[in-house]
Amino acid sequence: MASIIPAATTKRPTLSKKTREALLAYGMLSPALLALIFFTLIPVLIGFMISLASFRVIFREWVGFDNYANALAPDSDMWSSLGATITYSFISVPVQLGLALLLAMVLYQKLRGRAIFRVVMFLPYITSTVASAAVWARLFSPDAGLINAIIKSLGGTPLKWLLEDKGIFTLIGQAAGIPLPSWLTGPSLAMVAVIIYTTWVFVGYDTTIFLGGLGNIPNEMYEAAKIDGAGNWQLFKNITWPLLSPTTFFLSLVTIIGTFKAFNHIWVMTQGRNGTNTAAILTYRQMYEFQRAGYASALAFLLFTVILGITIFQQWYGSRRVNY
Amino acid sequence: MGRLTRPNPLMYVILILVGTLALAPFVWMVLSSVKSFGDFSFVDFSSLPNIMKSFWPWPPFGDSTPALDNFAEAIRRIDRSSEYFKQTGIPLFFRQFINTFGVSIAVVAGVVITSSLAAYAFAMLEFPGRNVLFIIVLMTLMIPEELVLVPRVIMMYEPLSAEAFATTDSLIRLIPRTGWQNTVAALTIPFMASAFAIFMLRQYFMQIPKELFDAARIDGAGHLRYLTVMMLPLAKPAVMTVGLLQFIGSWNEFKWTQLVTRTLEQRTLSVSLQNFLQTDGGAEGQLAMAVAVMIVLPIIILYFFTQQYFVEGVAKSGVK
Repeated sequence: MASIIPAATTKRPTLSKKTREALLAYGMLSPALLALIFFTLIPVLIGFMISLASFRVIFREWVGFDNYANALAPDSDMWSSLGATITYSFISVPVQLGLALLLAMVLYQKLRGRAIFRVVMFLPYITSTVASAAVWARLFSPDAGLINAIIKSLGGTPLKWLLEDKGIFTLIGQAAGIPLPSWLTGPSLAMVAVIIYTTWVFVGYDTTIFLGGLGNIPNEMYEAAKIDGAGNWQLFKNITWPLLSPTTFFLSLVTIIGTFKAFNHIWVMTQGRNGTNTAAILTYRQMYEFQRAGYASALAFLLFTVILGITIFQQWYGSRRVNY
Repeated sequence: MGRLTRPNPLMYVILILVGTLALAPFVWMVLSSVKSFGDFSFVDFSSLPNIMKSFWPWPPFGDSTPALDNFAEAIRRIDRSSEYFKQTGIPLFFRQFINTFGVSIAVVAGVVITSSLAAYAFAMLEFPGRNVLFIIVLMTLMIPEELVLVPRVIMMYEPLSAEAFATTDSLIRLIPRTGWQNTVAALTIPFMASAFAIFMLRQYFMQIPKELFDAARIDGAGHLRYLTVMMLPLAKPAVMTVGLLQFIGSWNEFKWTQLVTRTLEQRTLSVSLQNFLQTDGGAEGQLAMAVAVMIVLPIIILYFFTQQYFVEGVAKSGVK
């Protein structure tokens, strides 16, 4: 407790006010910083070290870059996993954000009951992912699922959803009787189902953040533009979209990172089968099922440097278009 | 499209549609959790009465009675997966519930305490190295969890015995081994600091006018007192948001628990449900839905008590 009476401080000549403030600061920082350094920064170094070793429960031997070479081999799972992760991320992020922006604009109007709606919309996000993924896995079930029942009642052909490893373009091509080239398969239907679930979970969160961003745009700007005769589309294009860009930028970063570490729901819905073997699933499987710590570490490093590179590029590209 | 636009009836249609889509899986989950196996499996959309009966097999659309004992039955089935109930008389599900609850509360308390202290230092105090230390925090924010998963698991291993230590490679010896695997420490301590929470609380603290502190100072309050009496109450939306997000995170945690614990009685509800889905819950979906209801309910209750802060806190977290 610092006193404002100078006499109190002169009794302790060894510590100046400045030093005491610094000591207090270090004291307040140390629990958080020590934990972050010990459980996040140091593990990165250890992870790299282990990626150079054969390590199965116990250390066997140093193998240099063998783990990396195995992961990069042409027949390695790493490639399909990288593809699945990128597919998952690059489809679900724009879908999520596009829908969320639309909803945020709707909710921003003076509508009755929007407070209740904002609370309801958030429910999927706060719910246990294992539980909600279990519910959706049932809804997607091929024979007893609600979604197929709806499709059937509308006269459509029921689909295999989470059990389907064929790409959606292939399926559409088959239904239309047009054979498609093998490179044009599209994401597997199982992946599409996972993306539908992901959208259901995150749209509420994204919308809420967009609403925060919309709230920061001064109303006077709209009024001024309206006096100049701007229509709704022009208002959106020239005011809302550019002024919202910091929020869009933040959200795209958060959601991309979120899709890269997505694990629980994919594990519950498909266990990584049928084209959904994402980076997080593959690394986990190597560690949990095969106890291959060295190989799992090498995989993690490879996958995440590639993904980080893509993210950095995307952010760099995006940052040139963001108006602060 | 500012606030001034007159609401269009179409907007209400969109809201109702999206609201229904958000809620429908929950409604379906709750209805399914009290269906018999036969009613649960009955999905027939060929005629309107059958559609109604598919959703609501009870009067007036059907003649079943609600299977309220699904919950007790699910708990009994979970007990079959281990010897825990036979040995202790405590249902395994209860034990896992207590584990989940205890771990979540401990992590939330830890995160709120460590993060508010650190955020306060970053926002209010002057000290050498402030920028460097803040950059360290930001760096940890960017490190994907997957990257540190494997080394963290190894850091939970038992320390090397003297004998093993002598024969182990000198670099590998350097890996700190806490011996926390299969203990509650492994589930809590590594998660008691959060770069995101520090970042968010700091943003909030910085918006509080400095004059308030000067006034408190004259009244004789030191930094710690000012933090607990003034800052934390003023930053309530941020604290609640951080707390609830952390609680949800711990409540849902699955992968880490699976990796660092061995027996079912050390594990948490997410693991329990996932296990159950692989066994009885896979064959009898209505029981799996009963378990899902029991897992989801506490978090929904918590959300309804904190939502007024939460929605505001999240909305602000994305700005600046």
